[in-house]
Amino acid sequence: MRIDKDLVAAVATPLVLAILAEGRSYGYAILARVRELSGGELEWSDGMLYPLLHRLQSLGLLTAEWGASPEGRRRRYYAITDAGRRALAEQRSQWATATRTLDRLWRSAGAERMPAIGGA
Amino acid sequence: MAGAALEARISEWRGFVARGRIDAAEADELESHLRDRIEELRTAGLDDDEAFLVAVKRLGAVDALSREFARANSARLWKQLVAPAAPARGGGLLSAVLLGGLAAAAFQVLRIARTAGAPDTGGGIVDTLVLRSMPVVALLALVIWLLLRRRSGVANALAALVPLTAVTAAVDSYPLALSSAALVLVLTHLPVALWLCVGVAYAGREWRSTQRRMDFVRFTGEFVVYYVLIALGGAVLLVLANAILGPVIPGIADGLLQWGVYSGAVWAFPVAAWLVESKQSVIENIAPVLAKIFTPLFALMIAAAVVVYAVLGLGTAFNRDLLTVFDALLVVVLGLVLYGLSARVDGRPERLLDATGLVAVVGALLLDALVLASLAGRIGDLGWTANRVAALGLNLVLFVVLAGAAWLGAAHLARRAPIARLERWQTGCLPVYGVWAAFVAIALPPAFGFA
Repeated sequence: MRIDKDLVAAVATPLVLAILAEGRSYGYAILARVRELSGGELEWSDGMLYPLLHRLQSLGLLTAEWGASPEGRRRRYYAITDAGRRALAEQRSQWATATRTLDRLWRSAGAERMPAIGGA
Repeated sequence: MAGAALEARISEWRGFVARGRIDAAEADELESHLRDRIEELRTAGLDDDEAFLVAVKRLGAVDALSREFARANSARLWKQLVAPAAPARGGGLLSAVLLGGLAAAAFQVLRIARTAGAPDTGGGIVDTLVLRSMPVVALLALVIWLLLRRRSGVANALAALVPLTAVTAAVDSYPLALSSAALVLVLTHLPVALWLCVGVAYAGREWRSTQRRMDFVRFTGEFVVYYVLIALGGAVLLVLANAILGPVIPGIADGLLQWGVYSGAVWAFPVAAWLVESKQSVIENIAPVLAKIFTPLFALMIAAAVVVYAVLGLGTAFNRDLLTVFDALLVVVLGLVLYGLSARVDGRPERLLDATGLVAVVGALLLDALVLASLAGRIGDLGWTANRVAALGLNLVLFVVLAGAAWLGAAHLARRAPIARLERWQTGCLPVYGVWAAFVAIALPPAFGFA
């Protein structure tokens, strides 16, 4: 299944913030985590992650610093800030409302009229 | 570990990336990512060559990448997330040229109708009517072109055109003599007020968004650069035409001025906007460099001015001309800092630029305080005039904006506030300039008897 690009774009910010809320991380590991969580269905071109990270950083939602990988290579680590946590909480309640609303429709009395998952 | 052949290919890739608009730190980050990916693929059983090719492919085309980095501070970025961005949009030239021509023709008709229709009552009032309608016609053409290009809805078109028409209609009937201070006020403030309407047409429904307002600031700066370039070219053409035809056709200078310069000045508005929109990659590289060069120079000049005036005092040197110079300087500094802000790339620290920008802002703030004090003294001694009201209002607005910018700029330098707060403050103030300018153009001339 290929997810619509507007939806991927909308999901990317809360996804990145939520992954960093688990602990500081770097670009490659963030992508690996996204792939792991979505079973490989929610993916985008690797290089497109970094402009998003830089943007969130300039909004003050993330901080970044250079560190070293276990093999001793330079690596840029990102960590979420308090402002980032607030933004994430806000995004989370928005997404909860959106998914709850849709979910009620999928499960409502007229659910049999909805196209089946995977049947599109 | 990676073999020598693989290392060679990675450094070749680095060289290729470096030719784009990605700077060294960003390239380091991408290289680190590339190596992680190669390592994973090799563990999965691919050989060096295969792993390298797949990893590079996954990283995305370098062209698309550098474009993304270059545009990282525009909110449109994520629209091209999955499918890499298309090249810059073409088209629109024909409509810009036609609309510009139409506007120039409309202006000439208006000029002839106005000069022929009304007998000159003295004081050059008719000439000033012509002079005043030029920016209006030109900006109207620009607004219409933007609305057409954006395929804006009716609501947006009305939001841009109604205020434009209303302000123009209010001011158009004023009898302003050529030598009056009121004319200068209208000529300087009316375009600023109308430029706000251009902003509405430019940003459309997203006019509240900081990013979109920053885009408009960028558009404004690039528009000025292109307009000046066109004006320089036009000036060379007309000066040469005058020099070569002047000896045989006496009086051609007036004709060239009225038909050539006036028409060209109007025509160039939509054309310069088209250049900004379609040739963005050309100027995008120049503008941040200009901001980086001139921000420190202006900071130096402002600091010198602060020291000189602090030591010598403003004293008797302060008069209307000096006040105008001061205000022009303050506006230029604010514009430069704002433009420098719009030209920065997200996430890339620019501490030197931020620091020099802060010096310029604080210096401007001090000069502004000096001007305000002298102005208050003059108003106390000599009473109110339209000029002094306009100057006092402008300096108060500038003072508040500069104070906010200095505070947030210092907080940003101290790493206590993200740059986004400064951006929000600066772009939030944009409508204030337009509203104040509209007030000056509409209310002050009648309040002071069009003197």
